[in-house]
Amino acid sequence: MRRVLIANRGEIAARIIRTCRELHIETVLATSAADRDSLPARLADRTVCIGPPRPSESYLKIDTIVHAALATKSDAIHPGYGFLSERAALASLCEAEGLIFIGPTAAQIAAVGDKLRARSEAQAANVPVVPGSAVTSADEAMAAARVIGVPMLVKAVGGGGGRGMKRVDRLEDLAASLELAAAEAGAAFGDARVYLERFIASGRHVEVQVLGDGHGRVIHLGERDCSVQRRYQKLVEESPAPGLSAARCQALQEAALRFAARLSYRSAGTVEFLVDCERDAFYFLEMNARIQVEHPVTEAVTGVDLIAEQIAIADGAGLRLAQSDIHTRGCAIECRVNAEDPANDFRPSPGLVHEVAWPSQEGIRVDTHIASGSTVPPFYDSLLAKIIAYGPDRASALARLRRAIASTRVDGVRTNLSFLEAVLSDREFQAGGFDTGFVARLLERRAATTEPAHNG
Amino acid sequence: MSLTAAEVAELMRLVEQSSFDELTLEMNGIKLSLRRGSAPESSSNQAAPVPTIGGAKTPDARPPPSVTADPNVHEVASPLLGTFYRAPKPGAPPFVEVGAQVEVDSVVAIIEVMKLMNTVRAGARGTVTEILIADGQLAEYGETLMRVRKSG
Repeated sequence: MRRVLIANRGEIAARIIRTCRELHIETVLATSAADRDSLPARLADRTVCIGPPRPSESYLKIDTIVHAALATKSDAIHPGYGFLSERAALASLCEAEGLIFIGPTAAQIAAVGDKLRARSEAQAANVPVVPGSAVTSADEAMAAARVIGVPMLVKAVGGGGGRGMKRVDRLEDLAASLELAAAEAGAAFGDARVYLERFIASGRHVEVQVLGDGHGRVIHLGERDCSVQRRYQKLVEESPAPGLSAARCQALQEAALRFAARLSYRSAGTVEFLVDCERDAFYFLEMNARIQVEHPVTEAVTGVDLIAEQIAIADGAGLRLAQSDIHTRGCAIECRVNAEDPANDFRPSPGLVHEVAWPSQEGIRVDTHIASGSTVPPFYDSLLAKIIAYGPDRASALARLRRAIASTRVDGVRTNLSFLEAVLSDREFQAGGFDTGFVARLLERRAATTEPAHNG
Repeated sequence: MSLTAAEVAELMRLVEQSSFDELTLEMNGIKLSLRRGSAPESSSNQAAPVPTIGGAKTPDARPPPSVTADPNVHEVASPLLGTFYRAPKPGAPPFVEVGAQVEVDSVVAIIEVMKLMNTVRAGARGTVTEILIADGQLAEYGETLMRVRKSG
């Protein structure tokens, strides 16, 4: 592999370029018109403008991106996360055109992208799934719902990551929710199929990083706890999962390996689980067939460059690491710094970043595409940077992260830095091991302790 | 006294066609520096400015910025990324040559994206004065393909 086209933007584009440089692989960055002057565009060996700012006219155009890769004589495409990363159509077009797709096969993307199919693969691999059922008719749904019990979730087969879900608290609301969910799923994912799942009231989001060679050999690189979520958007992630017993961790890791091995999974992927705090059980949620935003915490505790391993596997070098080569050490915690206003319901705050100062203390890594003078366009997600702290234990990693956040300055756009500070200084967070209801509870606590504003 | 946009454009064209990579002009309190978009700094490279990949990091591999505040010049921009073709098929005469008269909706080129042909129209009535990209080359979105001097 001599030249890679990166079909993405933002911090992950910069992150991929960094590893490519270390491997002496040339980079071609496909950018929209809004990102032509971005930091990744300056870092890449070459930049090609693929279309207007709107993702549907640039970053989501499969034909244009493959054409750009072929015309620039690139050998491979790295899709990053989001955009086309889990679109089987891009992977299969690469396969047809003789380009290397740095990721899983088109068939694997399709298998895990269909949430019902993924559920049945999990069951076949003896991995527990949340009690639930496929739905084909209203009568059948009601029968299944009585067995599952309320509260329950109506989920889109083509959804994922919290998108395309509706909560049902009363059986009599089921029919209406099904209809609405199917209509929304059809519009959002082009697939109106939905299914039912029991709603787990108190669960931790714990996921296992895996690497596979595509021939049945898979290894895991430990777990990440991503229970700090607001409306299913992760804010803080850490590894290892605090307070999770060694036996429970091992059970999750083995389940993830069984699932990935069953698919003969190729490349880096993540198997997500819901760990039920009340029942002391865990369930398969979904598999993400891509590199994830929070991959640096795993890199920090394992010392493995996951992008480099993705590239090696894609380039035919196979899995260079055995399970016995993976040793996790210490603790890593990551914060996502977003251009959004916590005082205004976390509304996105695009604009010009006049001046920025990222932390550079010991044990701190910053993955970002934002420098002084950078623009945050309104067309994309609001992620500005990921700040990752590493320490020999959780307390020291947390102390480093708090110092790093305190020394971070971003002028020009509103950020969630103050909210991240509130998360990290919260006693429940410091204790660790909480469920995904944490952020909602924290917001309530903050609202309760804040004096009503006085006017004048 | 100041420079008009048309004069700046003319200077850029002269630099573009010369064997020089840089031009610095100082006059009456105005300082203007021009450098070829992909020219390696302080080299006497005589070749056409071809975007390079890899090796020494060039500051920018993009096409030179377009400067036409001249209201009489229309720039035909590529409507999408793809391969630029001047003729409807190999061996056929090109849609237009420099000097050709075009109407607003005259087809002047094709941009091919994965075997799908997209026509490019002149967008203005006038005379084609420049064709800035070679047949079969990759055109980026928004890249200036041709210039048309408007008439009527």
